[in-house]
Amino acid sequence: MKPEGLEHLLKEHPLFDQINPDYLAIIAGCAANERFNAGATIFREGSPADKFYLIRHGAVALEIHIPGREPLIIDTLHEGDILGWSWLVPPYQWFLDARAVQLCRMVSLDATCLRSKMENDHALGYELYRRFMPVAAKRLQAGRLQLIDMYAQPSERA
Amino acid sequence: MNQTATAPASESINSGLQPGADPMLPVPYIIQKTRRELRDTFTLELTPALNSDQPFHFAPGQFTMLYAFGYGEVPISISGDPANPGTLIHTIREVGAITRALGRLKRGASVGVRGPFGVGWPVTAAEGSDVVILAGGLGLAPLRPAIYQILAQRARYGNVCIYYGARSPADILFLQQLQRWRGRFDITVEVTVDRAPADWSGRVGVVTQLLTRASSQSGFDPVHTIALVCGPEVMMRFCASALNEQGVGDERIYLSVERNMKCALGFCGHCQFGPGFVCKDGPVYRLDQIKPLLTIREL
Repeated sequence: MKPEGLEHLLKEHPLFDQINPDYLAIIAGCAANERFNAGATIFREGSPADKFYLIRHGAVALEIHIPGREPLIIDTLHEGDILGWSWLVPPYQWFLDARAVQLCRMVSLDATCLRSKMENDHALGYELYRRFMPVAAKRLQAGRLQLIDMYAQPSERA
Repeated sequence: MNQTATAPASESINSGLQPGADPMLPVPYIIQKTRRELRDTFTLELTPALNSDQPFHFAPGQFTMLYAFGYGEVPISISGDPANPGTLIHTIREVGAITRALGRLKRGASVGVRGPFGVGWPVTAAEGSDVVILAGGLGLAPLRPAIYQILAQRARYGNVCIYYGARSPADILFLQQLQRWRGRFDITVEVTVDRAPADWSGRVGVVTQLLTRASSQSGFDPVHTIALVCGPEVMMRFCASALNEQGVGDERIYLSVERNMKCALGFCGHCQFGPGFVCKDGPVYRLDQIKPLLTIREL
């Protein structure tokens, strides 16, 4: 897809709501369309966080692999969600596994490309950090709520 | 659609008691059916032992004091259909000696019943509004009568959304009923679990995330929504914040508060909650009436 088409897709996403069109054009230069079939691994824990994704269709499971046990799904992401924020934080490695639960169509953004542009244009960098921080904060808050195991009987809580 | 900004009051059945009944005297009921819902949760279907055709009228959200003879009494929300007052239904989690004793009872055994007590969900008053039902864990049981009533009179409401969170796929209460409701074309039903094995294909995440995602898809109009929330208190607190973030005001959010209820009549004081008593003034409260109390840790 041409960058103009990707720019249109990005513009529709809440992450880039009302963003400066010049920034959008720069970001679209790092974007590509990707498709993952149901069951496909999108990334694995410890591998380089060299992309992030905007989910257009489908669902993604974030899993943690525990040796000797079945993988545990700790979050699922759906249409309109953002997959991945480890690309913003050194050492730029994925913290979890991501697997397509259904056929997924996503816009991927090349993290190396974006980080380089953010380094050269701090205003763009600020704009992206500003937009990603709430996403990261919401995930962190949700993770903490899961941690308290609120539906468990008192005797079952860790 | 009703454009009024004033939120309705919660609802109860008059005095909350069956006519002529001594409110302190348990009425014998017979267990007609028991059903194991989850590993630690079961449902009892009861009919009166003496006047078997005596209807048990109640408002959604009200509770009874259920007596396990030889063990004691516990407050249990009614989880049945208010349109079917011939059978009194309770869904109970085994958390202590009395509820475990109730769980051991078989068909034909007797229990004592007092009630119904308390103030219920504003189901009738919510007509004309969108309704968001947020339940967590066993919190779906006290909301089920409200869901029955709303679905029985579906045309009287705007959008109806049920968002349910459970600990894991094995802990989803009323699973088949949720699936049936989800199969309807006139309501939204979303279920999420806090954690799941890899073969689970549904949603994973906290129930508040369902709300955030739903409202972005115009599942309900925050200004014209009545939200009914029931679950662990910490879950209700965060759900209330999430509803606020979506634009639903405190005066349109209702919570069911759980405290240590004993007499159920506001006499004994065990369930005192600020200036009132949960058994008499609750268990369903409008959030703006109790919000300051929810942050007092000693309460």
